[in-house]
Amino acid sequence: MAAGVAAWLPFARAAAIGWMPVANCPMPLAPADKSKRQDELIVLNVSGRRFQTWRTTLERYPDTLLGSTEKEFFFNEDTKEYFFDRDPEVFRCVLNFYRTGKLHYPRYECISAYDDELAFYGILPEIIGDCCYEEYKDRKRENAERLMDDNDSENNQESMPSLSFRQTMWRAFENPHTSTLALVFYYVTGFFIAVSVITNVVETVPCGTVPGSKELPCGERYSVAFFCLDTACVMIFTVEYLLRLFAAPSRYRFIRSVMSIIDVVAIMPYYIGLVMTNNEDVSGAFVTLRVFRVFRIFKFSRHSQGLRILGYTLKSCASELGFLLFSLTMAIIIFATVMFYAEKGSSASKFTSIPASFWYTIVTMTTLGYGDMVPKTIAGKIFGSICSLSGVLVIALPVPVIVSNFSRIYHQNQRADKRRAQKKARLARIRVAKTGSSNAYLHSKRNGLLTEALELMGTPEEEHMGKTTSLIESQHHHLLHCLEKTTGLSYLVDDPLLSVRTSTIKNHEFIDEQMFEQNCMESSMQNYPSTRSPSLSSHPGLTTTCCSRRSKKTTHLPNSNLPATRLRSMQELSTIHIQGSEQPSLTTRPLPTTSNESQGIQGKTKVKCHK
Amino acid sequence: MRPEGEAEGLQTLGIVVVLCSSLKLLHYLGLIDLSDDKIEDELEMTMVCHRPEGLEQLEAQTNFTKRELQVLYRGFKNECPSGVVNEETFKQIYAQFFPHGDASMYAHYLFHAFDTTQTGSVKFEDFVTALSILLRGTVHEKLRWTFNLYDINKDGYINKEEMMDIVKAIYDMMGKYTYPVLKEDTPRQHVDVFFQKMDKNKDGIVTLDEFLESCQEDDNIMRSLQLFQNVM
Repeated sequence: MAAGVAAWLPFARAAAIGWMPVANCPMPLAPADKSKRQDELIVLNVSGRRFQTWRTTLERYPDTLLGSTEKEFFFNEDTKEYFFDRDPEVFRCVLNFYRTGKLHYPRYECISAYDDELAFYGILPEIIGDCCYEEYKDRKRENAERLMDDNDSENNQESMPSLSFRQTMWRAFENPHTSTLALVFYYVTGFFIAVSVITNVVETVPCGTVPGSKELPCGERYSVAFFCLDTACVMIFTVEYLLRLFAAPSRYRFIRSVMSIIDVVAIMPYYIGLVMTNNEDVSGAFVTLRVFRVFRIFKFSRHSQGLRILGYTLKSCASELGFLLFSLTMAIIIFATVMFYAEKGSSASKFTSIPASFWYTIVTMTTLGYGDMVPKTIAGKIFGSICSLSGVLVIALPVPVIVSNFSRIYHQNQRADKRRAQKKARLARIRVAKTGSSNAYLHSKRNGLLTEALELMGTPEEEHMGKTTSLIESQHHHLLHCLEKTTGLSYLVDDPLLSVRTSTIKNHEFIDEQMFEQNCMESSMQNYPSTRSPSLSSHPGLTTTCCSRRSKKTTHLPNSNLPATRLRSMQELSTIHIQGSEQPSLTTRPLPTTSNESQGIQGKTKVKCHK
Repeated sequence: MRPEGEAEGLQTLGIVVVLCSSLKLLHYLGLIDLSDDKIEDELEMTMVCHRPEGLEQLEAQTNFTKRELQVLYRGFKNECPSGVVNEETFKQIYAQFFPHGDASMYAHYLFHAFDTTQTGSVKFEDFVTALSILLRGTVHEKLRWTFNLYDINKDGYINKEEMMDIVKAIYDMMGKYTYPVLKEDTPRQHVDVFFQKMDKNKDGIVTLDEFLESCQEDDNIMRSLQLFQNVM
């Protein structure tokens, strides 16, 4: 029942009184309206914009968020309104749905944003009204295609080591950019296609006269050379075809595909020629078979994206092309008939029959106007002019449809290519941002520990340093820290050496303390690298500083045993510490040390290794 | 002779074709006007927009409170922004409540019962007046209204054909898929039962007094009339 007519339910129930005298049996009791609430206005505050509506309006659709008790989760007691932290523009459409029963899709809205909002409010997109449904579906399809494109290109770039030889070959054939060998193969075949086509063309050029005989085409003059060239090309094509056949995941489907048919048609004439050279009668037919060699030029469509798009466009515009053909045929027949009868009277007229007039009609309608057939009578001239005028119209009408189709597909392809090209740069930027954030974690870990230490040491005036991060950040970092503790690993950024070291440390026990310390002791901490960049990728002194904070930890938290996990965190802490050594806030004050023997290395920070 | 005649005939034909097409072209371009009937005027449909009388007046005339009238009017205006309901809209609205069957005939009779002035459109006042009777009226008023509904030709008597139509319309609302399956003569039997009960003097028609008397004797009917008391 459409919600809009819910307001008419009292009327429908009242009208049921008309059945009462007719009824033979007693009526069931009416349901009691328990909550006899007066209809009230409720306020929906969406990101600051207040919408007000009757409660009953929202209750029309009880299986959505606003119509059910789910909205109570969003009720704000203080302001007595329902607060949603969502987009107010889309909410307008959603609320209109409740009011009018029709969901509209605004054109300016992004499709995925709109979908998200609909999912939030529990509304199925299928109830979008007819007026907007087409647009919605179109946009959704485009989005899906884009996602598929992205997925495809992602999959292509992923390294799939577990491919069989056959699969690698097939991939090499389909995407020449996957390996150098594939690229080489691609260019070689392209070259041979070109050679073959040019050979076929040049074969027929008249090549100068041999004295004593008439002008010969090049093909007959240098028949051996051309034959050799042809053989070479066909060899290559045959080998290529067989390789593709071998590598194809579904041979049957491959055989039926257009490209393979073109391949076969391109090389067949040669083999047929080989077989049939001895038979003189059929050689005439064989000569005509040679015309199929021109199909080799279609093999270029594997090499050219544009050609493929053109082919796809023509396929998708099949109905328009069919319409064009049909209307042209109709017009041709009409005008040919008329012209024939018009010119029948004139003497020596070329319009000998209606089919003969077809030629005139076609030439006139396409505005070619060869002039080999011209009407001579007045009627013929009148109808001829009408014919040419209408020809322009009939041909011009379906062409823009095909053109726009082609343009749309072409632009889609361009967009996909552009997206792929931009993707690398985008991903690089995203990666930098991500490393930035993870380094923020490491930074704040140091800061955090610092804060802990400070608190323990009872120096509250430096606590403010730890507050540079927001609450959410600090909680997030605490979470990551806990994860580190749980797994016994720690986060590192871009340092292969150190990651190797950490990966060997899996257990909570740190095994070779001695060696570790030795390492620490060996390298001095005199020189702090001055690189400020948070990336630890090329940090020479990394290993040397790995344990420099270890003692720090022990001193700061004397009540805790020193689990090896802390060590790892210290490793990076120390590295970060080194990195952050330029930070004035942290380097200005020396870190407190306890009474353990400390070989404080004078410098920006005090670190020590102790046994 | 023949070919020349043919050629001349074709010539004339060609000239005629050219003339006609040029006239048409000029007409389409708007330079001359050939059409007789102005279809464009018909497109200006009379957008009837009726506003009801004031709220206080309606409150006085009916048994509804102001709030109830407000709610009713909001629903009314939502479906019929122009302020009046025509039969088509009425049928559509009523059909939404009975998706399984065909409610158009009963809605038709209902519409004519609502449309007391037989203008073809129901204004809000008529709507509310009828509702007031049906929901808040006395038993007498309700029964009188029902009698009016059954009396299709408004001649003051209900005969068997009218009753047949009404009962068939009610059965139509049930739709095809019922249990038990509707038999051919069930409506007729139903009408016969009705007439047996209502037609006191067995003259084949039911007058208003007969109707009122018979209904008041039947407890079932009396009870069911009170069923929709608190619908609003």
